[in-house]
Amino acid sequence: MATETHAADAANGASAPGMPQLDFSNWGNQIFWLLVTLVVIYFVLSRIALPRIAAVLAERQGTITNDIAAAEDLKAKAVEAEEAYNKALADARAEAQRIIAEAKAEIQADLDAATAKADAEIAARTAEGEKKIAEIRAGAMQSVEEVARDTAAEIVAAMGGKADAKTVAAAVADRMKG
Amino acid sequence: MATETHGAEEGGLVFHPMDQFIVEPLFGEGAVGFFTVTNVTLWMAIAVLAVIVLMVLGTSRRAVIPSRTQSIAELAYGFVYKMVEDVAGKDAVAFFPYIMTLFMFIVFANFLGLIPMSFTTTSHFAVTVVLALMVFVTVTIVGFVKNGARFLELFWVKSAPLALRPILAIIELISYFVRPVSHSIRLAGNVMAGHAVIKVFAGFAAIAVISPVSVVAITAMYGLEVLVAFIQAYVFTILTCVYLKDALHPSH
Repeated sequence: MATETHAADAANGASAPGMPQLDFSNWGNQIFWLLVTLVVIYFVLSRIALPRIAAVLAERQGTITNDIAAAEDLKAKAVEAEEAYNKALADARAEAQRIIAEAKAEIQADLDAATAKADAEIAARTAEGEKKIAEIRAGAMQSVEEVARDTAAEIVAAMGGKADAKTVAAAVADRMKG
Repeated sequence: MATETHGAEEGGLVFHPMDQFIVEPLFGEGAVGFFTVTNVTLWMAIAVLAVIVLMVLGTSRRAVIPSRTQSIAELAYGFVYKMVEDVAGKDAVAFFPYIMTLFMFIVFANFLGLIPMSFTTTSHFAVTVVLALMVFVTVTIVGFVKNGARFLELFWVKSAPLALRPILAIIELISYFVRPVSHSIRLAGNVMAGHAVIKVFAGFAAIAVISPVSVVAITAMYGLEVLVAFIQAYVFTILTCVYLKDALHPSH
């Protein structure tokens, strides 16, 4: 350390111990420049740098918050849209059901009407047929009666009796019933 | 750094590990006066420039999506801000610019000192003692201004038995006044020791046989010094926060 001390002494022109740190002759100089440095850094930081960084950080925080809010908004909108879609789907389904039911009812009504008409026609035809049959039967009965009456009158005449038309008719009618 | 003063001296193994710390005028010879522009001035000015480049020019775009430099500036801001808030409390945020100044200066002085042939301003007690005394004075004044006489409760340990309290008060008082000493010597001592050790290994490199070992040792020490440069700045800052917390909330 001895040589060094001399060297340091030679360099500084002062009698300093081994460590330049303990050479108090230059402390004033260092302290002066340190204070200048600290004051400059302090003003640069507190006036320019720190407010600026704080603003940037706040702005970023704001942007992030806004973006999250916007995302929430969009999500809500998506949910809304899905609900609307589901509702429209349900509506459409209900509408379709209604239309189907309506069509069914219409067709049923038409069908009923047609059936009723057909039934009525059938009934009318049946009635007509029955009427005709009844007419024919009545006609046939009348013919039979006539024939029977004539035949009876002839038989009575052939037997030699005198046929009383009224009696013959009554007798035939009586027989026809029985 | 030693060449200019020792160029013509004895050959062979010469160790001048402390010569790198010599304060000398930048222009011309002569004594170092109060306002002389010295290597201290030069490297402090470079530290100021570095701070301005990082914290002002680096953030000049005010980008929401930061550039690399702006990220580092924001990282430094967040690092110190969180430290102040967590360690010293919410009401200490008023002192944040002051603590940020200390941190930025020490961290840049330490890292600039790691550049070969540079001068390490934080290796000088003149610098660290002033830094520590500033913290000490600030903390003491803040303690009395904010709490008045209740600041003295810091030395009156309520959780201890009554009989022990006067003894503890003396110990607390001594430890309080030792704070600036340990605060300053820790920083300067760590920085100075590391740089001196690197210089010693560099001296051994003059012997051809040992030089590979020496180079490896210098590399390893340099790595360690990079760590120390940051850690000491961190320790200085966090201790400042701790002292500030004591001043703001003196009751234990």
